[in-house]
Amino acid sequence: MLTIMSLALLIVLLIVALLVGRFAISPGELVAILWAKLTGGSHALPAALDAVIFEIRIPRAIAAALIGGALAAAGAVYQNLFRNPLVSPDILGVSSGAALGAVLAIFLSLPVVAVQGFAFAGGLLAVAMVVFIGNAVRGHDPILALILTGVVVGTLLGAGIAMIKYLADPYNQLPAITFWLLGSLSTISPADLMIALPLVLAGLIPIYLLRWRMNVLSLSDDEARALGVNVAWLRAVLITCATLITAAAVAISGIIGWIGLLIPHAARLLVGPEFARMLPLSMLLGASFLLAVDTVARIAATIELPPGVLTALIGAPLFLWLLSGSNSRARQ
Amino acid sequence: MREKDKEKDLIETHALAYGHPGRTLGHDINLTVSTGEVLCVLGPNGGGKTTLFRTLLGLLPAHEGSISLRGKPLQDCTPVECARIMAYVPQAGNSYFAFTVRDVVLMGRTAHLGLFARPGVSDLDAANAAMTELNITHLADKTFTQISGGERQLALIARALAQEALLLVMDEPTASLDFANQALILHEIVRLKTSGRSVLFCTHDPDHALQCADRTLLLQHGNVLALGAPREVVTAANLKTLYGVDVELIESPSREQPFCRPKLPPG
Repeated sequence: MLTIMSLALLIVLLIVALLVGRFAISPGELVAILWAKLTGGSHALPAALDAVIFEIRIPRAIAAALIGGALAAAGAVYQNLFRNPLVSPDILGVSSGAALGAVLAIFLSLPVVAVQGFAFAGGLLAVAMVVFIGNAVRGHDPILALILTGVVVGTLLGAGIAMIKYLADPYNQLPAITFWLLGSLSTISPADLMIALPLVLAGLIPIYLLRWRMNVLSLSDDEARALGVNVAWLRAVLITCATLITAAAVAISGIIGWIGLLIPHAARLLVGPEFARMLPLSMLLGASFLLAVDTVARIAATIELPPGVLTALIGAPLFLWLLSGSNSRARQ
Repeated sequence: MREKDKEKDLIETHALAYGHPGRTLGHDINLTVSTGEVLCVLGPNGGGKTTLFRTLLGLLPAHEGSISLRGKPLQDCTPVECARIMAYVPQAGNSYFAFTVRDVVLMGRTAHLGLFARPGVSDLDAANAAMTELNITHLADKTFTQISGGERQLALIARALAQEALLLVMDEPTASLDFANQALILHEIVRLKTSGRSVLFCTHDPDHALQCADRTLLLQHGNVLALGAPREVVTAANLKTLYGVDVELIESPSREQPFCRPKLPPG
């Protein structure tokens, strides 16, 4: 029921996102434009509206929904794998790695495609490094070793980012770096989407198929193994998939925080932790959340607000509210 | 040994040495658990009970010797094969996400489901049957983290039953339970035995061994101090060696086995 409601919410938000903006489009006009496109006919409206809808708003709305859903799914997976509801998708250093890659590409004055490629590769490399070091650290709980290694590697990469910012040209490169680090959906083109979409789906589909089995992985390793699960193998697959979606999303949008932490938490409060119920709701809520935030970011002020700032502004109080709500519920 | 006997032995160790990686705790462990048998392991804290159980469950590699599960070497068994024969019932103190009891019990079906499968009607039936057997159907929709320790332990036993395992390996099932819940768990162990399952459990209370075990293993510093019928093994002399405490065994007119209690200084 909640899943259907959140699907409806997402569809409404998608329609709103296509209507509002600097060029306001009425619902009737939208129908006429879409109908003309579908049937190959023509409409009496200005041709510029076609470009606004098909070149700008549809790709951007799809990107927002895709990235929001992907980050929420990755966050849900990591929270389950690490048995901790306060974990976010960048726990293993994806975001820091992607940021260092992107910042390096901007510093080297490479084209936008290269910035995205560097970000994607940087994210994957950072996680590969964390997993490699985490496995080499013996004699600890494997999960604790991974998380601590993630924190250390993330800090190290942060130092690299700081160094490049320090060296960057303050008039051209530094603003571009700052802008990327804030996260933005305004520059996403249909071509970007076509590259990111298959990567996100390649990570999402295995996660979706394994959604019931994820429950078992939230138990202790001993219990999961004794229930018949090959824990090390399954965890490796899921970390790979969650990293893939996060890196692909971050590569085209920059760093947009809070979604991966907040949304799975909210979904768990709504339908409980059972992953097969929680994951689809998480994805839908994440998609709706980022789409709503991005729409507000477009229309709230005369300049575009960075969505990463908005997610933090909305996410932090919302998270605290959820936290107090879950406490009072637990006490009952 | 005849084939039929091999089939009857669920788990068998031969000259087993076990321990944590790089540190062997105990040597030369030879034990078997047969169908319908309850084996109780007694020993002080740090005596290796949990490590031995984890080794028998295939969670830690054997250092030397062999473990076989229904005649097949344990290291050749996949996790699914292991899970269909033996189930692990951990201590109920573990913290979980706030799953419902039904969700927890359903997780016992993992070894019977394909990689991408979700539990179906037959799995739900198995989970319901397991909860019915343990009289906890009223807990099905309660949150696992909000029920009592005894109820959690019962839910975990139900999960092992839903797993359709023949042998339940219980790590201190009565730990941190109140008096009534301890009795409840012991009652369930006896009932599991009468229903044809085997139980391997460890405890701190020698009375538990006397009350419901077919055989008792005393584990001292990782090694076997004694293994045999509770009455022969749980003696004042053995318990003094094991725990360093003077105990007396008091015969009871109402039951076969004696009671065990520590001797306190007079006054």
